[in-house]
Amino acid sequence: MKILVCISHVPDTTSKINFTEGDTKFDTNGVQFVINPNDEFGLTRAMWFKEKQGANVTVVNVGGPETEPTLRKALAIGADAAIRVNTEAKDGVQVAKELANVVSQGGYDLVIAGRESIDYNGGMVPGMLATLANANFVTNCINLEVDGTNATATREIDGGKETVSTSLPLVIGGQKGLVEESDLRIPNMRGIMMARKKPLTILDPINASVETSSVQFEKPAPKGAVTLVDPDNIDELVNLLHNEAKVI
Amino acid sequence: MSVLVYTESEQGKFKKTAFEVASYAKAVAQQLGTNVTAITINAADASELGNYGVDKVLQVNNAELEKFNANAYASVIEQAAKHENATVVVVSSSADSKYLAPMLAIKLDAGYASNVVEAPSNTAPFTVKRTAFTNKAFNMTSITTDVKIVGVSKNAFGLVESSGSASSEDFSPSVDTSGVTVQSVDKATDKVTIADAEIVVSGGRGLKGPENWRMVEELAEVLGAATACSKPVSDLGWRPHSEHVGQTGKPVASNLYIAIGISGAIQHLAGINASKVKVVINTDPEAPFFKAADYGVVGDAFEVVPTLIEKLKAFKAQNA
Ligand SMILES: Cc1cc2nc3c(=O)[nH]c(=O)nc-3n(C[C@H](O)[C@H](O)[C@H](O)COP(=O)(O)OP(=O)(O)OC[C@H]3O[C@@H](n4cnc5c(N)ncnc54)[C@H](O)[C@@H]3O)c2cc1C
Repeated sequence: MKILVCISHVPDTTSKINFTEGDTKFDTNGVQFVINPNDEFGLTRAMWFKEKQGANVTVVNVGGPETEPTLRKALAIGADAAIRVNTEAKDGVQVAKELANVVSQGGYDLVIAGRESIDYNGGMVPGMLATLANANFVTNCINLEVDGTNATATREIDGGKETVSTSLPLVIGGQKGLVEESDLRIPNMRGIMMARKKPLTILDPINASVETSSVQFEKPAPKGAVTLVDPDNIDELVNLLHNEAKVI
Repeated sequence: MSVLVYTESEQGKFKKTAFEVASYAKAVAQQLGTNVTAITINAADASELGNYGVDKVLQVNNAELEKFNANAYASVIEQAAKHENATVVVVSSSADSKYLAPMLAIKLDAGYASNVVEAPSNTAPFTVKRTAFTNKAFNMTSITTDVKIVGVSKNAFGLVESSGSASSEDFSPSVDTSGVTVQSVDKATDKVTIADAEIVVSGGRGLKGPENWRMVEELAEVLGAATACSKPVSDLGWRPHSEHVGQTGKPVASNLYIAIGISGAIQHLAGINASKVKVVINTDPEAPFFKAADYGVVGDAFEVVPTLIEKLKAFKAQNA
């Protein structure tokens, strides 16, 4: 099985979010970038397939040279090869089209992406990619089994979960549940050394066009101070929630 | 030209988000000087949609669409959009709508903006405000294609009633459900979901162990709320993963969010910040949650929560 894992390079979850150039650009100053958490669960599931069922795992990112440390980390975790499509990621559809090109050239059976990236949270790329690549698609995926060309996947739905049967070629939008938090791997020294020798191919983009453009960023208005209620006066809390906040 | 809105239903009945997206579609239609058409799939009675600004309903009734199939549903909406010459398609942020919308975007060659929180600020170029960086910021995004898809964030726009009435038409698109087949659905039908809940009651590691969740559940029962938890609580197996909320869990956009024994780590807050009113109960006055909350009680959950339940029961009895 040939697996492609899409890796988004995103600010660490603890990052302070600031903007520059008249609030039109994300300020990367002092920001640490990581593998998008949803993608890391997917990558770890891919490693499981590689070890238990035999699979070749390639990771891919659409982005500039600054994303290479993130791809190297994925290689250190155990992916066999990496591809960077050498263009700035501008919107969901542009990224999806660049990835569809990688998929059609590489003939992957299974593409594991994350349910959403934690920077733009669009949740668009996996579904767009699946439709462009004419593959089946399951998102919010919390379990995946593959047997030959048949696959069984579980996805989270509002208020529960749903198990579906489908077949390869398949694209999934993964999240925690694909593997557990405790299954995630921290690259060890040997992995890091080996990653240096693994191929990281730089592909020219097909220059896919965008359909949306970011005009400006805004930060939420600062919040007022908390109203503290004495633990011995919980009646007051009920009163405030009813009369002031009007939520009960 | 028209605005098409996909109004979701479950077992024949509209979800509340259906009325919210209809209200949103009406606001867009007014800006564009056009009408709203809704597309429904196996909804029993569509007349209610008229109360939220829908002028016409395309009703699809098809047993093959009994179970959700993202690709088939996307294709039905695509056919409806073409039938109506829709220039804007509005969908919700439910799990199902977020699943189908990117597929629909490719089918319609439409630019798609998700997590949109306000009516368009401009229609040429068509510009919407969406959340980014998991609610830590907003992004003004313009969609440059002829057909545009807007995914509306839950509980962001609200319901806007209007006095019109909606005409209904049967619509029979071609349906292909191959590819992905639902084998089983595991869903508690007697419990309100985090996605639909007006109120969410959430517990953290401060509750010490799963055996102490009875009071969280009881509080939720009194309020008609959904229960949720912080990430470590689900990682420890105290509560199911489906209750994990936050940046890497489910997003919460309820009217009221009550956090019990949750410190308020940045990743937790990012996922629940879209909730309108936040209450924190925590022994530590320095817990970061107090900076994000509207109301706070510095106190021991094991004392405060039982009292709160008692007071709320009395309040409910009085206001029944
Ligand atoms: C990549 C990444 C992603 C993450 N994603 C998420 C996410 O999506 N969601 C999430 O929740 N977390 C997430 N986290 C974890 C997050 O950083 C925090 O560790 C977590 O939210 C803390 O959970 P908690 O508040 O339940 O526990 P703690 O931080 O341990 O806090 C427990 C709180 O309970 C209080 N307390 C103790 N006893 C009592 C009592 N008797 N009564 C009242 N209060 C009491 C304490 O004062 C304390 O404030 C993520 C972390 C990382 C690194």
